[in-house]
Amino acid sequence: MAEKNLLLEVITPERKVVSEEVDIVVAPGVEGQFGVLVNHIPFLSALDTGEMYYRKGGQVQYLFVSGGFAEVTGQKVTVLADSAERGHEIDVERARRARERAERRLAMGRTAEIDWARAEAALRRSITRMKVAGR
Amino acid sequence: MATLRDIKRKIGAVHKTQQITKAMNMVAAAKLRGAQGRMEQFRPYATAFSQMLSSIAGRVEPEAHPFFIQAPLVEKIELVLLTADRGLCGSFNMNLINTADKFIKQKQADGLEVSLTCVGRKGRDFFRRRKANIRTGYVDMWNRYDFNDAIAVAREAVAPFTNGEVQEVYLIYSEFVNMAIQRPRLVQLLPVSPAVAEEEGPTQEYLCEPPEAQFLDYLLPRYINVMVYHGFLENSTSEHAARMTAMDNATSNCKEMVQQLTLVMNKARQAAITKELMDIIGGAEALKG
Repeated sequence: MAEKNLLLEVITPERKVVSEEVDIVVAPGVEGQFGVLVNHIPFLSALDTGEMYYRKGGQVQYLFVSGGFAEVTGQKVTVLADSAERGHEIDVERARRARERAERRLAMGRTAEIDWARAEAALRRSITRMKVAGR
Repeated sequence: MATLRDIKRKIGAVHKTQQITKAMNMVAAAKLRGAQGRMEQFRPYATAFSQMLSSIAGRVEPEAHPFFIQAPLVEKIELVLLTADRGLCGSFNMNLINTADKFIKQKQADGLEVSLTCVGRKGRDFFRRRKANIRTGYVDMWNRYDFNDAIAVAREAVAPFTNGEVQEVYLIYSEFVNMAIQRPRLVQLLPVSPAVAEEEGPTQEYLCEPPEAQFLDYLLPRYINVMVYHGFLENSTSEHAARMTAMDNATSNCKEMVQQLTLVMNKARQAAITKELMDIIGGAEALKG
């Protein structure tokens, strides 16, 4: 087999979460989920809050990502995210609290447009976190 | 002349101060290591981010996004000022405040209105005493902050620009040059000058999703967050370095003072002994006669 490895790097402003050679990466783009294999054409996508995963050998690893970008070149995928966590790193209790807080806020009704959008985003983040943690 | 006991007490006091400044020095050193570590951690993100920004910005029109557009008439501006929450760090806070003050005076002389966002107690208190127009103040953030705090500050600073209240947004923070030098730095956050974005790098042709113009909607707000976070990191690293240096100086000053006072004390003791001897000899002489 020739050099056919895809390097995945997941970087947040606070740390490097993943730096590994993988077989395939699947990430939540804003215009839909996409998968990347080695020798993909150069590609740039904004990322949605969601679940990304990569496979290496037979192993699948799940990650939570929120707000960021993915830059794909033939041999490398760089994910720049506001936050990214591996499944086992997720603080489920904190996510649950965040979810309750967001739900309370949304239950109060549509008062200010920006707060509404923020509460909604927070709700999505917490739900996604819990989902990824459950993998 | 101070009595022997006064001098002794003073030495004790200075010695205690020295212990405190020494402890503060070591705490600052430990925190500085932490802060430098965080800067190290941030670097890969910052590098990758600026590459992405330049490769996108190179391919769009300068008017592609409201963040690029310079208002024809500037009436109000917003200044984000980072300072420390606490003092005892030499001229660190004063340097920042002076820079901000000079900037504000200059802008006001040009007939502009300046509103402030202060992160850090020292800056907020200073400008509050001066009855400056403080839009938002954040205190007690430096002990524990993360990227989300930078996002919150950036959001508050960007909001007035987006709704047209202010036409320009600036940021003042302290740049960590090295252990001895921390320099206040003024940068313009908004509008994003195309020159910043057009730094030439190895430009790669990308398939872009969503297309470039909308991609900027994701990229530019985050660029502001990254700038603010970078300011946060530089600023807190500078603060710890400044405090470390200040406390180091204080400790050596204490040491010097203890030495001098010990000298004075020894002289005083010697003088007292001599005086007593004279008394005794004088008395003996008197008895003899």
